[in-house]
Amino acid sequence: MKPVNEIFEILKKEFDSSIISSDDSCIITNPFMMDKIAWFLKKNEELSFDSLMCLSGVEEPKVKNSDKTDSLSVYYHLHSIKLKHKLTVKTIVPKSNPEVESVENIWKCAGWHEREAFDLLGIKFIHHPDMRRILLPDDWEGYPLRKDYKAPEFYNGMKVTD
Amino acid sequence: MGLLDKQFADDNIVVAKAEDLFNWARLSSLWQLGFGLACCAIEMMATSASHYDFDRFGVIPRNTPRQADIIIISGTVTLKMASRIKRLYEQMPDPKYIIAMGSCANSGGPYWEHGYSVLNGVDRVIPVDVYIPGCPPRPEALLEGLLKLQDKIRNETVRTKKA
Repeated sequence: MKPVNEIFEILKKEFDSSIISSDDSCIITNPFMMDKIAWFLKKNEELSFDSLMCLSGVEEPKVKNSDKTDSLSVYYHLHSIKLKHKLTVKTIVPKSNPEVESVENIWKCAGWHEREAFDLLGIKFIHHPDMRRILLPDDWEGYPLRKDYKAPEFYNGMKVTD
Repeated sequence: MGLLDKQFADDNIVVAKAEDLFNWARLSSLWQLGFGLACCAIEMMATSASHYDFDRFGVIPRNTPRQADIIIISGTVTLKMASRIKRLYEQMPDPKYIIAMGSCANSGGPYWEHGYSVLNGVDRVIPVDVYIPGCPPRPEALLEGLLKLQDKIRNETVRTKKA
C-alpha cells in the first residue's frame, strides 16, 4: 500500500518534468510520455500496477473567468493486484489537437477503452493499432460527448432531432 | 382459430373462399425473425419460453429473414441499426408484417429528445402494423399485440393487401 505522494516522488525521480503535478487523488502527466510512464508503473517493483481498471475520456466543465484554453483529459484508474494499492493518473490535452500516447501495448484492455474515448470525445491515441470508432457508425461526424456538440438534423436521410 | 375448425368432421370436402384459406394459413403460422435489440428482447424471449408459449400461436423464431413472416422490433433502434433493419426487412418474402414492441421502437422512448444516435420510431424506416406500448411491455401485452395482428390478417382481402 503506497499513498499517492510516495508514488509521485518515485515517478518524479524517474521522469522529472513529465510528471506535472499531483494532489490527494491523482497524478497529472505529460500526454506524450504516457506510454513510458505506464510501462514504468507496471514494471517497477515498488508499484507494479498490473491492472488498468478503467480508462475514461473527460471534457471537464469550464471554470468561469479563467483564461485556460478548452481541454480534454484522460483518466487512468490503476490497481495493483500484487501490492493491493490503487492510483489515478490524469493527462490533459488541448481540445484543438487532442493527442495522447496509447497504452494499448502495456494493458491490452486499454485498446477498446481508447477507441471509446476517440469515438465520443475525439481524443486520438498515437500508436494505437486500430484507432477507429467503436460504437457509432464509421461515417458519423463529430464527437457527441463534447460540450459544444450539436446533433445533426439528418443522418443518411433519417431525421435525428425533432 | 375458428375459421376451419370442425369443418372436416362430416365429409372430406370443404368449401371456402381462397382469401379466407390463405388468411387462415398465414395468421396461424407467423414465423418471426428473431430481432432482439434491448431490454424488450428479454420480454420477447420470456414470451417465447414455456410459460407464455408463443409457439401455440404458430410463432417460431427463424434466424434468416428469408424464412420469416413477421419481425418484432423489440428495443431501441439506433441510427446504425436502422439501415440494417431496413435491409433485413427488404429481404423478407411477402406478405410480411412488423410489430413495434415498446416505447423505443414506437417513438424513441426516453431517447426522444436527447438521444443523438437513436431513431425516433422504427416507422420512420419500415411500415409498422401493430404498436405495443410499454417500457418494456409485459409478455401478455406482446401476446395481445400478436392477436391484434392476427385480427388484421384475418380481414385482409386481395384488394386490400394490409387491413
